[in-house]
Amino acid sequence: MTTLLEIAAPTIEYRLLGPVLIVFVGACLGVLIEALVPRHLRDEGQLIVTGVSLLGALFVLWRTWGPDWRSVGAMGAVSVDGPTQAIWLLILVFALLSALLFAERRLSSGVTSFTPMAAAVPNSTLEREAAAARVEHTEVFPLLLFAVSGMLLFPAANDLLTMFVALEILSLPLYLLSGLARYRRLLSHEAALKYFLLGSLSSAIFLFGAALLYGYSGSFTFSVIDAAVATPTEHDTLLVTGMVMLMVGLLFKIGAVPFHSWTPDVYQGAPTPVTAFMAVCTKLAAIGALLRLLFVALGGSRWEWQPVVAGISVLTMLVGAVLAIVSRDIKRLLAYSSVTHAGFLLTAVVGASTMTTGLPVGQIGSAAAIVVYMAAYGFATLGAFGIVMMVRGVAGERNDLSAWQGIGRRHPWIGAAMTLFMLSFAGIPPTAGFIGKWAVFSAAWRGGYWWLVLIAVILSLVAAYFYLRVVAVMFFSEPATEVSDVHVVMPGLGTTVVIAVGAVMSVLLGILPGWIVDLAASASQLLR
Amino acid sequence: MLTILALLPLVGGLVVWFLKGTMARYVGLAVALVTFVYSVVVAAVHLRGTDLSEHQVWIKAFGAYYALGLDGMGLLMVLLTTLLVPVVLLAEQRSDEEGRWGGQVWTGLVLILESLSLYVFLATDVLLFYIFFEATLIPMYFLIAGWGGPKRARAAVKFLLFSLAGGLVLLFSVIGLGISFANQGAPSYLIEDLVKLNVSPSTQMLLFLGFFVAFAVKAPMVPVHTWLPDAAEQATPATSTLLVGILDKIGTFGMIRFCIGLFPEASRLATPVVVVLALISILYGALAAIGQRNMLRLVAFTSVSHFGFMVLGVFALTTQSISGTIFYMVNHGFSTAVLFLVVGYLARRRGSVEITSLGGVFQVAPVMAGMLLLGGLASLSLPGMGSFVGEFLVLAGTWSRYPVIAAVGTLGTVLAALYILIMYQRTMTGPVTEQTREYVTSDATWRERLALAPVILALLVLGFFPKPVLDITDQTAKQSMTTLNVSDPAPTVGQGR
Repeated sequence: MTTLLEIAAPTIEYRLLGPVLIVFVGACLGVLIEALVPRHLRDEGQLIVTGVSLLGALFVLWRTWGPDWRSVGAMGAVSVDGPTQAIWLLILVFALLSALLFAERRLSSGVTSFTPMAAAVPNSTLEREAAAARVEHTEVFPLLLFAVSGMLLFPAANDLLTMFVALEILSLPLYLLSGLARYRRLLSHEAALKYFLLGSLSSAIFLFGAALLYGYSGSFTFSVIDAAVATPTEHDTLLVTGMVMLMVGLLFKIGAVPFHSWTPDVYQGAPTPVTAFMAVCTKLAAIGALLRLLFVALGGSRWEWQPVVAGISVLTMLVGAVLAIVSRDIKRLLAYSSVTHAGFLLTAVVGASTMTTGLPVGQIGSAAAIVVYMAAYGFATLGAFGIVMMVRGVAGERNDLSAWQGIGRRHPWIGAAMTLFMLSFAGIPPTAGFIGKWAVFSAAWRGGYWWLVLIAVILSLVAAYFYLRVVAVMFFSEPATEVSDVHVVMPGLGTTVVIAVGAVMSVLLGILPGWIVDLAASASQLLR
Repeated sequence: MLTILALLPLVGGLVVWFLKGTMARYVGLAVALVTFVYSVVVAAVHLRGTDLSEHQVWIKAFGAYYALGLDGMGLLMVLLTTLLVPVVLLAEQRSDEEGRWGGQVWTGLVLILESLSLYVFLATDVLLFYIFFEATLIPMYFLIAGWGGPKRARAAVKFLLFSLAGGLVLLFSVIGLGISFANQGAPSYLIEDLVKLNVSPSTQMLLFLGFFVAFAVKAPMVPVHTWLPDAAEQATPATSTLLVGILDKIGTFGMIRFCIGLFPEASRLATPVVVVLALISILYGALAAIGQRNMLRLVAFTSVSHFGFMVLGVFALTTQSISGTIFYMVNHGFSTAVLFLVVGYLARRRGSVEITSLGGVFQVAPVMAGMLLLGGLASLSLPGMGSFVGEFLVLAGTWSRYPVIAAVGTLGTVLAALYILIMYQRTMTGPVTEQTREYVTSDATWRERLALAPVILALLVLGFFPKPVLDITDQTAKQSMTTLNVSDPAPTVGQGR
């Protein structure tokens, strides 16, 4: 009887998994602060906990960086390999910058971008009283940390259950955060609800896919699935159906067409710091997870998924770029732009060029290309949303493009910074975006998909057009008179730092990209 | 030494941005002059035989190097750039404009553009070249969109979209080139390594096409030329000078250095098609120029025609014609500078450069009219002007391989006489019209004359003593011929095709 109930104590590599654990503990501490610390101290407390846990995670990551440490841990559930560590690095850095945007107060005269009382009906007395009393939801910081811990776990997950759990950990706080905008509450509610409904649907599909794949291979673990894929059976239907369903779940998070329709609404409705955080970190985590699922578990059947992903990639680039051209709202425009970027990222996934064993020394494959691309994209996105936060009217931000007319003339530095981010998005050298584009296109071509590169290059032109329009609106159109309440508020230190770091990195990664490319190339080996 | 040359204007441009008013103008001019003097020193050192090339690993994983070097053609382009920039800065008056968008921003952008163009001409690594090739678009976009006619924003977007389209096609080819080469061994983007590329003819053709399309957009060839007249009409004449005089030269420069240098076999195969396209450009540009009513558009179309000559010279694949093309590139830079800038002087006085709005300017402003005539004569390749030597060599070289094409191409020079002289006659000669008397009240000022003096001087010197420069261009042309592995057809045998 004792033998039946005996469960082996799981071994956890605490140092290796340190970054995830530290962020998770930080999140729990944040919840305790909410419960125990008096209201006037909470804000400072949360900031300290958030900062310390993210920096602590970065420190542990730095100490465990390198091929000697990389291994599959937590009894096969988590795989901390090169791509994982590189993605962790980016997620932690970007989360830290996002936290600075979360903490911004100067823009709306001393309060954060978050609603004073989320539970109150929009425009109700309760809400107005809460606003007058300057009540604040400091829970946003623990929510951020929970989301980050899920995001760290997501690309590292080495079996389908862990991946699903991570997916939920990262999603639930984001659903909540989307609904917390201070201004335009209804839009924010709508965003949260939409995100939640569609998100849970995609999670369900993912779970179903996991079940099917379990039925096919008899295991959730990627290496076992990989082995099962390598030995052909008559149950291919199970495999293909399961594979497609899992991909739907992940592509939803990445924002690829045709699972993108939530993106503009959610990006528009969510508080801008949350949008920035989602646009960068969620995409990063999800593309990492997709990479692992496709390369490690389903690498054997890549002839089945490569054409599918290639098609989705073309669609994503096309639809994102075309819809961005017609959008008149800067946040929606950036949302569609993020869809387009998902398409560009997917070209590298299609290339699958780390999978072919004969990659010459010193060259970068798909995983490294994605890391380089996301680094460029992340800095530009955070910086751009930082600037979006600064353009304000009487009731919060003014996101319609007409409000942006002439901003570059009145505020040359802000215009210059935004131009820089737009150029980086458009991939025009000498900005970081160009190097990213270069990396992913090279990865695609190396996988033999030169026609995909050709299409991507043509669609880059379409994308360049709408980024250019933002620049033209800022510099070359006169401000209309009816939007006279538009003013650019100088932000506090946090947002300034984010914009400055974004701008500096957008140039630096474009002019001296050697180090990030080398760093990514040194961390491109997926462990099985 | 080359790095300093290329960075000097960039640093100067950034400094100028923080200065105000007249100060910015003088500092900008000083920087441009120092750069010019320095480039002459560099040229002297290079011609004495010192190897100035620089070489450093830039992005290891891509095989990209920070590699700069000079050859005959590069040297001439560098000198053209460094000479035209101070001329343009002197000719254009921008310091007295309103606040933030005044002179300092304009001067700064011009200097930054100069720096990026110098990098384009100096880079001996394809990726490095590409980066700066694209980067030049950014300051040029702002130069066109920021100052000039009422429809300038549209013209700027058109310019940028055409150029970006070409640039992205080029990106496709550059990536493909890198991957193809990396598949043979270690990745490298150095031109000296890439010439060893060994790929199938179809791949080579694909890559060649990417390069060619990008350069054809740049050196505006029919049918992808339509952005140039719009840009030239709407931008300020100074901007147009830089655009046509320097940036568009990157197109023909790139054809010689990259299309022929890297893909000799594909170039040979493509020659018949390209030559016909060039011929169409020559004739179409010339005919369109005759029909223009706006002087700036007219000059733009003459450039389309002249670029046709250059492309023809490159792809006629003879030492003579390639050498002539390079020589012509320099002279065309000077002659368009004269035309654009004098028209700019007129525009500043008259406020319009419609041909019908002017008449009899010669009697009011003889110096200005004289300068326009000199520029025009250079443009129609009068013997004694540098461009004559260039155009003659191009046609003579083409004749030895494609007599029919050359014969038809010669029509272009006849048409050139038409469009220049008709324009001159209508605007400068004849009785002074009332409008002219009202607006054109002063002749060219000393500053305006001083700005154009070196350019006109250069045109004449190159026309009478072309030998030293031709020696330099011959060097590049011979090198191209060796790469191409073709020899000049025997001069006596006009075997045609």
